[in-house]
Amino acid sequence: MRADIVKLTHLMTAPSLSADLSSSEWRELIALAREENLLGKLGAILTSHDQIPKGSPARHLVGALMLSRRQRQSVTWEAHKIDQALSELDVPVVLLKGAAYALGNFASADGRLFGDVDILVPREHIARVEMQLRVHGWNSLKLDAYDQRYYRQWMHEIPPMMHVHRGTVIDVHHTILPLTARYRPDPARIFSEASRLNGFRCLRIPSPEDLVIHSCCHLVHEGEVDNILRDIHDIARLLETCFSSHDARMKLAQAAIHHDLQEPTSLALLLVQQYFNRPEIAPILDALEAHNWQSSHARLVNRYLRAIGPDLDSTPSWGKALARQLIYIRGHSLRMPLAMLLRHLVRKAWMQWRDKEPIRTAEN
Amino acid sequence: MLDTILRIPPFNVRVRAPFADVAAHLARFYSAYERLEGTAFVDFDVELIPGGGVRRWWRKQVRFRADAQMPFLPLPADQAAPLLEWGLNWTIASRSLGYLVLHAAVLAREGRAVILPGFPGAGKSTLCASMCHLKDWQLFSDELAIIDPATRRLIAHPRPISLKNESIDLVSGFPGARLGPLFHDTRKGTVAHAAVPETSVLKAESSAQAKWIVFPKFSKDGTTSIEEITRAEAFTLIQQQSFNQERMGDVGFDTLCSLLSETRCYSINYGSTDAGLRAIASIVAEAD
Repeated sequence: MRADIVKLTHLMTAPSLSADLSSSEWRELIALAREENLLGKLGAILTSHDQIPKGSPARHLVGALMLSRRQRQSVTWEAHKIDQALSELDVPVVLLKGAAYALGNFASADGRLFGDVDILVPREHIARVEMQLRVHGWNSLKLDAYDQRYYRQWMHEIPPMMHVHRGTVIDVHHTILPLTARYRPDPARIFSEASRLNGFRCLRIPSPEDLVIHSCCHLVHEGEVDNILRDIHDIARLLETCFSSHDARMKLAQAAIHHDLQEPTSLALLLVQQYFNRPEIAPILDALEAHNWQSSHARLVNRYLRAIGPDLDSTPSWGKALARQLIYIRGHSLRMPLAMLLRHLVRKAWMQWRDKEPIRTAEN
Repeated sequence: MLDTILRIPPFNVRVRAPFADVAAHLARFYSAYERLEGTAFVDFDVELIPGGGVRRWWRKQVRFRADAQMPFLPLPADQAAPLLEWGLNWTIASRSLGYLVLHAAVLAREGRAVILPGFPGAGKSTLCASMCHLKDWQLFSDELAIIDPATRRLIAHPRPISLKNESIDLVSGFPGARLGPLFHDTRKGTVAHAAVPETSVLKAESSAQAKWIVFPKFSKDGTTSIEEITRAEAFTLIQQQSFNQERMGDVGFDTLCSLLSETRCYSINYGSTDAGLRAIASIVAEAD
């Protein structure tokens, strides 16, 4: 593991280390945390332990906290709008990921930056949900016929929708993995275990174990490492705050088994263990019988250790670029069978070549 | 290879660049700024790097990098120096620093500042250069008004004034004005930088209370008019020139409100540098 990442994760685990850091260490940590989208989270941890440094580094940390607070307000507002739009359908609407952390007041939301809102609705109601969202100003983003078909036929979600006035994006899921994926999680369990949100008519929050499992399988199936340290920390915080009891841990393991997700959950928890070692992890791994994948997971964890981290200085090494590529390919191969994957990648490559990206220009 | 940490108040900026033009730019415009030790804290780590592939040799290009991000498309290599200035502006405006940042020129005198928001074609940079060269205003910034939410004061951030097209000739005629080379065919036309007056560099670590917000509008040889506008109107106008007020949430909103509560706001029309300076002088005198 990279030395700078070790330093950052140590500081996030033991905020009192803050007192002994030199200016050049702060400079390294802040640049790294910013690139990994962890600056606000670091700020939140240091603030809650009264360990915000004096002088210039504080500015970056406090600034990131302000941004996080603002985004959390936006997500909350967006949740109210979604609740309004969908409440007359009488369909359960479960928030996922960032929106769930924020609205459920989970510690993983502290200082976090938020993007799109993800919701989960029962598959049989997806057409009505989509129509209702359209009525309330959301429009489909991917208008390309191939993309539309691809999403609707194979994916676990419909194409992302953007609100015409607010420009906010919502991802509407009906399950948590593509229909073509190797594993078959059970969305019915997420609905039955979800709890209602105070002050909302149809919005719900998944149970803590479903939140962790979804984060874990997202981590492994996404195939990208850009926000992965942030996502790993989300899981570490969930473990820290919701799984202190033996019963809770066993419930998590049973839920992973129920969802047919022992393997990806084990791999993700191993990654969490590498970066933010939590005592909750070992018993969960035992219950998941993680030893079944011991050698393949050890290899994969090594690959992640090589791939994670921004290119702050020089051009990326071949080893790192290769590791990233392998993780990307593995993520996709978990999401769909090989023949289909190849067809899809060729098609996407051709489409990208055909409509080259719009040109960005230098703005003053 | 240039690799130096500069104190450009209120930031420490590490600049790396293999381009001789960039080294010359720093020597010309930043020689009086403090150089910091390699162990110093760095707010922004920026690098100018040569174009990739054949663009290393053929029709050479330059790219701007802040930490791991490359926000712009490459430019021709001879625009490396202006790209450093644009890139720094982008970096300051887009990072969440806990400062409210507005697109405006700021000049101060005896701890009191005038803010000139930067609507295109307003003549902001020319007026700003004339105020610090022809009158005794301290240059706080030509592009970025930086406000500390804790103290609600403006923070000086003096950097070379970026001049475009006709204003280059005009400003080069000012006594004491020191201009760098011309950069032709940039996206903004011909561009040149004017050095920060020495007195303003010496007082670079300072802050001031905002007292006047003046929305200038230049129309060549037009008549002069000064109109005081309401704070509500000024709020709406200046909000459009804010880079990050939205992103700072309630802190950004409160900071902008308290900035307005301390200021009187005007819109001025003027047709010449003299007329612009007279308009500013009368606004300042009236408030006294």
